[in-house]
Amino acid sequence: MRIVVAKVGLDGHDRGVKVVARALRDAGYEVIYTGLRQTPEMVVDAALQEDAQVIGLSIHSGAHMTLFPAVVDELKRRKATDIVVFGGGIIPEDDIATLKKRGVAEIFTPGTPLQDIVEWLRQRFPEKTSS
Amino acid sequence: MWREDFESGSVRDDNIETSTISGIPLQPLYTREDAPRREEEFPGQFPYTRGIHPSGYRGRLWTMRQFSGFATAEETNRRYKYLLANGQTGLSVAFDMPTLMGQDSDAPTSRGEVGHCGVAIDSLADMETLFDGIPLGEITTSMTINSPAAILLCMYIAVAEEQGIPASKLGGTLQNDILKEFIAQKEFIFPPAPSMRLVVDSIEYCAKEVPKWNTISISGYHIREAGSTAAQELAFTLADGMAYVDACLERGMHIDDFASRLSFFFDAHIDFFEEIAKFRAARRIWARWMRERYGAQQERSWKLRFHTQTAGVSLTAQQPELNIARTAIEALAAVLGGTQSLHTNAMDEVLALPTDKAARLALRTQQLLAYETGVANTIDPLGGSYFIESLTDEMERQAEAYFKRIEEIGGVIPAIEVGFFQKEIADAAFRYQQELEQKRRLVVGVNEFTVDDEPALEILRIDPRLESEQVARVHGVRAKRDAAKCSRALSQLRKAAAGTDNLMPYILDAVRVYATEGEIMQAMIEVFGTYTETAVV
Repeated sequence: MRIVVAKVGLDGHDRGVKVVARALRDAGYEVIYTGLRQTPEMVVDAALQEDAQVIGLSIHSGAHMTLFPAVVDELKRRKATDIVVFGGGIIPEDDIATLKKRGVAEIFTPGTPLQDIVEWLRQRFPEKTSS
Repeated sequence: MWREDFESGSVRDDNIETSTISGIPLQPLYTREDAPRREEEFPGQFPYTRGIHPSGYRGRLWTMRQFSGFATAEETNRRYKYLLANGQTGLSVAFDMPTLMGQDSDAPTSRGEVGHCGVAIDSLADMETLFDGIPLGEITTSMTINSPAAILLCMYIAVAEEQGIPASKLGGTLQNDILKEFIAQKEFIFPPAPSMRLVVDSIEYCAKEVPKWNTISISGYHIREAGSTAAQELAFTLADGMAYVDACLERGMHIDDFASRLSFFFDAHIDFFEEIAKFRAARRIWARWMRERYGAQQERSWKLRFHTQTAGVSLTAQQPELNIARTAIEALAAVLGGTQSLHTNAMDEVLALPTDKAARLALRTQQLLAYETGVANTIDPLGGSYFIESLTDEMERQAEAYFKRIEEIGGVIPAIEVGFFQKEIADAAFRYQQELEQKRRLVVGVNEFTVDDEPALEILRIDPRLESEQVARVHGVRAKRDAAKCSRALSQLRKAAAGTDNLMPYILDAVRVYATEGEIMQAMIEVFGTYTETAVV
């Protein structure tokens, strides 16, 4: 299964996204890391081009309430709502419920064990685990 | 004798690492045998391992400088006055992401970012509001900004002019450290060469016009926060420092004309002794390189002065009150390491920008250290400790090994271009994360001693209306200013950028006629182009 992992927004804090990308790769997923400062359009482009089933977003600038839903909306616009979006970063508890309502499947906050993210993917896509 | 007793005794059979958080193996005990033998060292004397001032904190306490900025210039101005009223001794400006990335609040990619992780500054008008009623001749200000650093410094100079204060009287610090942006924080805009030119332009300009200004704050903080080890932080930061020195020398400046205005910025992480050793080693290495390799004659050129911030990455969203304890311990390490100024993180910074209450608690933690604990009474109190001296030497050894590797690659910029630093940091970050997962390291409240139901902490919210207000403000500035003067200033800047003149006077001219930050950056981008990194995972 292919996962596009992207940093949206303007911040350059890429420690988390890189650690998660490696962990997902080690768990047997095919991971494409887009790099920094991706707009929602660029992220969706990458996901479609790479034929990814999942998009993982990372942000630490506080713009998650604008940019995460913007990725979901862009998927709708491109008729690609089968692609699942999850995210992580510095995201306050109250915002998580709102983001889920707006179509983000799951949010992982600081301190999440990598194994929890892998487990979540395995449960969500039991048939597609490659390893 | 002791060794035998130790080895025949029992040791804890948990899985917990006994190496430092950076992986330096530690002995259970250090004795005279482990301590390096060298001539007695004294504070205020080369190589300054024990501090740069002969009088330590007896002469002057560290500056309590809380990094702060959010929402609009008006709101941040209010926070500054609040912090100053509560006994803070210097200002430190946090800019929002669009400002850090050199774009205006109305740029399409600024959407959702305005005022979120710092204050939004688009033009001189915002800077006037930010420092309204704050006498710039009496306080010092630190500005954390890099790619557009020259522009923000010019805005500060222009505001001071309006207050009637000449640039020669201004004191403060500009982060202006573009190399660590390529290495770790990634807020680069121009390619390395023109980026370095702008840094050298500002150092050269300030040496003449703003002589009390620290022209650069060569930063390990972001390198560490990105996941590096303590030794990597130390080595990469000092290597960056030497790269700036080389660039200034190449420009034709004399070492003693600028070296004393180079300042440093380190992280104070949670592994207490390792951090103290790192600070001590930093001073010793820098002094030696400046005197021996670069031939600096003046003592002030040899002295490494630094600001410290406690480690944001060590804070936890879980049981966040614990962050007060973590920050206090980290701050103590910074003080025992002889820092010149200090920012203590607020407990809620792992969730959002700090509330007034959390910001004050963080400042109070420093005041408590300074005035209650007695740690400021004796200079370098851990100097001579077998353990600390041995660890200081180990830090130095590891840093020197990195300098060799960087030199073999061809220097700092080639090493950036091949992703050397980025890879080293990502590897270290991943290694640490694995240690956490395997519970070989414990973080209280995260992978051990957890609780299920945590009451939510009250956090600072940025009003979403602020963005449209700030956009309206920048539109207002553009409508009101003298458009002809503004476009003339920008086209002169463009022309100068294509040549070899020092760009500072051109940027200052553009700032004075209310060209926006985004417009000034755009003028330079047209000449310099932009940089994209090849992401290393």
